[in-house]
Amino acid sequence: MLDRALKGSQGYWGWLVFLLVLMGIGAGCWFYQFFEGLKITGMSRDVSWGLYIGQLTYFVGVAASGVMVVLPYYLHDYKAFGRITILGEFLAVSAIVMCLLFVFVDLGNPVRIMNVILYPTPNSILFWDMIVLNVYMLLNIIIGWNVLAAERKGIHYQKWIKVLIYISIPWAFSIHTVTAFLYAGLPGRHFWLTSIMAARFLSSAFCAGPALLILLCLIVRKVTRFDPGKEQIRTLAGIVTYAMIINVFFFLLELFTAFYSQIPGHMHPIVFLFKGLEGVGNLAPWMWAASVFAVISLILLIVPSTRRNEGTLAVACAVLIAATWIDKGLGLIVAGFTPNPFDTVTQYWPTTPEVLITIGVLATGFFVLTILYKVATTVKTEAAAS
Amino acid sequence: MYDGGKIIVGLIIGLGLLLSPFFYNAGKAAKAPEPELTAKAKEAKTCVASKAYMRESHFTLLDEWRQTVVRDGERYYKAPDGKQYYKSLQTTCLDCHSNYSKFCLQCHNYVDVAPYCWDCHIQPEEKK
Amino acid sequence: MGVDRREFLKIAGMAALFGLGGKAAVDIFAPGELQASMEGIPLTRGKQWAMVIDIRKCLAQQAKNKDGCKACITACHRAHNVPDWGNPRIEIKWIWQESFEHSFPDQHNPYIEEGLRHQPVILLCNHCVNPPCVRVCPTQATFKRDADGIVCMDMHRCIGCRFCMAACPYGSRSFNWGDPRKAPKELNPDYPTNRSYPERSKGVVEKCDFCVELISKGELPACVQACDKIKVHALTFGDLADPKSNVRKLLKEHFTIRRKAELGTEPNLFYIV
Repeated sequence: MLDRALKGSQGYWGWLVFLLVLMGIGAGCWFYQFFEGLKITGMSRDVSWGLYIGQLTYFVGVAASGVMVVLPYYLHDYKAFGRITILGEFLAVSAIVMCLLFVFVDLGNPVRIMNVILYPTPNSILFWDMIVLNVYMLLNIIIGWNVLAAERKGIHYQKWIKVLIYISIPWAFSIHTVTAFLYAGLPGRHFWLTSIMAARFLSSAFCAGPALLILLCLIVRKVTRFDPGKEQIRTLAGIVTYAMIINVFFFLLELFTAFYSQIPGHMHPIVFLFKGLEGVGNLAPWMWAASVFAVISLILLIVPSTRRNEGTLAVACAVLIAATWIDKGLGLIVAGFTPNPFDTVTQYWPTTPEVLITIGVLATGFFVLTILYKVATTVKTEAAAS
Repeated sequence: MYDGGKIIVGLIIGLGLLLSPFFYNAGKAAKAPEPELTAKAKEAKTCVASKAYMRESHFTLLDEWRQTVVRDGERYYKAPDGKQYYKSLQTTCLDCHSNYSKFCLQCHNYVDVAPYCWDCHIQPEEKK
Repeated sequence: MGVDRREFLKIAGMAALFGLGGKAAVDIFAPGELQASMEGIPLTRGKQWAMVIDIRKCLAQQAKNKDGCKACITACHRAHNVPDWGNPRIEIKWIWQESFEHSFPDQHNPYIEEGLRHQPVILLCNHCVNPPCVRVCPTQATFKRDADGIVCMDMHRCIGCRFCMAACPYGSRSFNWGDPRKAPKELNPDYPTNRSYPERSKGVVEKCDFCVELISKGELPACVQACDKIKVHALTFGDLADPKSNVRKLLKEHFTIRRKAELGTEPNLFYIV
């Protein structure tokens, strides 16, 4: 079925070439980083994780798009979603590809990456994160590809796929939980040391993933001959709405605990994010922008008329993605390291090579996504026609 | 066969390119490596293991040393002949074999290996 | 100190006499264990190394020079080829000074006594009993030695993920953001400062390791030796597991505090205030 990706319009090839250019620039910058060391990034002894790990965290969330479509369809027989499970699964695959690449580019010694497998360490959450992410990616590739192939042949997929599908549902919850555990168990980082971390990860995953899926469905309807369907997008919008409400609610819970208790360790990271601490406040405009975006997206999503109108829904999803991307893809990481264990503040801002490498990885993910979506939409269109 | 001419010509060019290193070096033999011992090494007479073993597997020994020193904290090695050595590449091995370019590099260049030990372990300063 | 001064002189004398330093010292330290310790960990098996830092003695020394005293820092960094990048963003430090307020942020006190207000405290890795860094390392590149409790680094295995740096609540770990050999020459004129100790490559994390290479030969860590050399004796290194050791004696007689004691890491660095 991969050959379906080899036939496309000018726009399709133009888009792929554009992505390849971005990937090439990113790769070039990465080689520069490989030879010079990570000092070319904006990270420091105090803020030792930055944009790369932030993006890893965000795209683990986006990978939730798969389960949000698979769960209603397979567990609750919501037949309408049968049309788009493949889109959710393939989005999950490309999201995990990006996650794994972000880990790779963040490593100081990437040639030794096999050490994580050669010396398994069950007490380390990173070990489990590697396992759950890779298995989830494999699950989605196998399930998606086989179901699609069966649809192309007009037959029912084989029974053993069902087993994998049932496994993939709780597995999806595990990828967010384990990734949250990377942060939630570290004793010295008070911004992260909260039981609600895994819950926040799940809620932001379940709004960001499906929101991106909605946007992709609207694009797919426009550029291919496959129409994901109006009812499907409506239901997804409902899911995104509830998830975003819970997501914002959880954030407000954090604010209450921090500011009602008045404990400096809890308050300072949030003050740093939204106002600045000890003269360092470069993230404040971003966090306020994210808050405004979140409010706008909530209004557009909660009001039924704007949620049902696909134009305003698209705007709502776009600003929601922007809000969650800033919050989880940047704010979360830097605030965990600020203030540092000595209660002082070191500024972090990604450097240009760091941003270019990030864009390169994002382009790689979208490249994979485009190819997979091209295959899926072409096969589904052919199957429907026959 | 279809396009037989093009295929045969293509095969000849391809194989030619593939085998070109052999044609280029035909008739020449690379010089066998001649590692030189320093005066100190000659005086010591024996290394931590036999010459044959060291020539074949010194990297295995070093790997075992690195594992046992760093991870198990076992810093002393009992050689087959009973002598005790302090396990250290820099201060034990290179104490005798301090002529890197005339000893280590001789064989390393011949078999074209570039171990990354030297990224961290300091090579002895050589007198030019 | 690993042992008190009399024992140490005994060892040094015997070492000189026998000509095989480790062998002799081992004999005195743990009689009867000679053969086993030649293969095992000489001198350090069954110990729980810890350090007691007397802030008062250190501050008294700081006051003597106008530039303060950095003997322990210089000794450590020179002994281990720690480069000076001249940039706090990417600096590497195994032992360093931090103000009292920043060393003990959990002891926030706006009316702290003048003798301690903004005064420098020596900080290094605490070699915790329950180290979070060891818990999170995905390759066991950082590990706690069973025999003597030292939290060690295996530079051959570290993949540079920096999870340990996020986990350490004390900020004790440094990452090699660049190749240490490429550190500015004007700040590192005689790099490497110790040719019998390796350097690091870029992309690995490093920290104080209680001078494992020195204590395995029966010597004290470099920082302790430097402080003893200038006769300040602010750093005391000893075995916590031995109730009669020098560190246990100090702990019995003086009030000590540890950094962030409420986190359950059980740091092995005690500060006499």
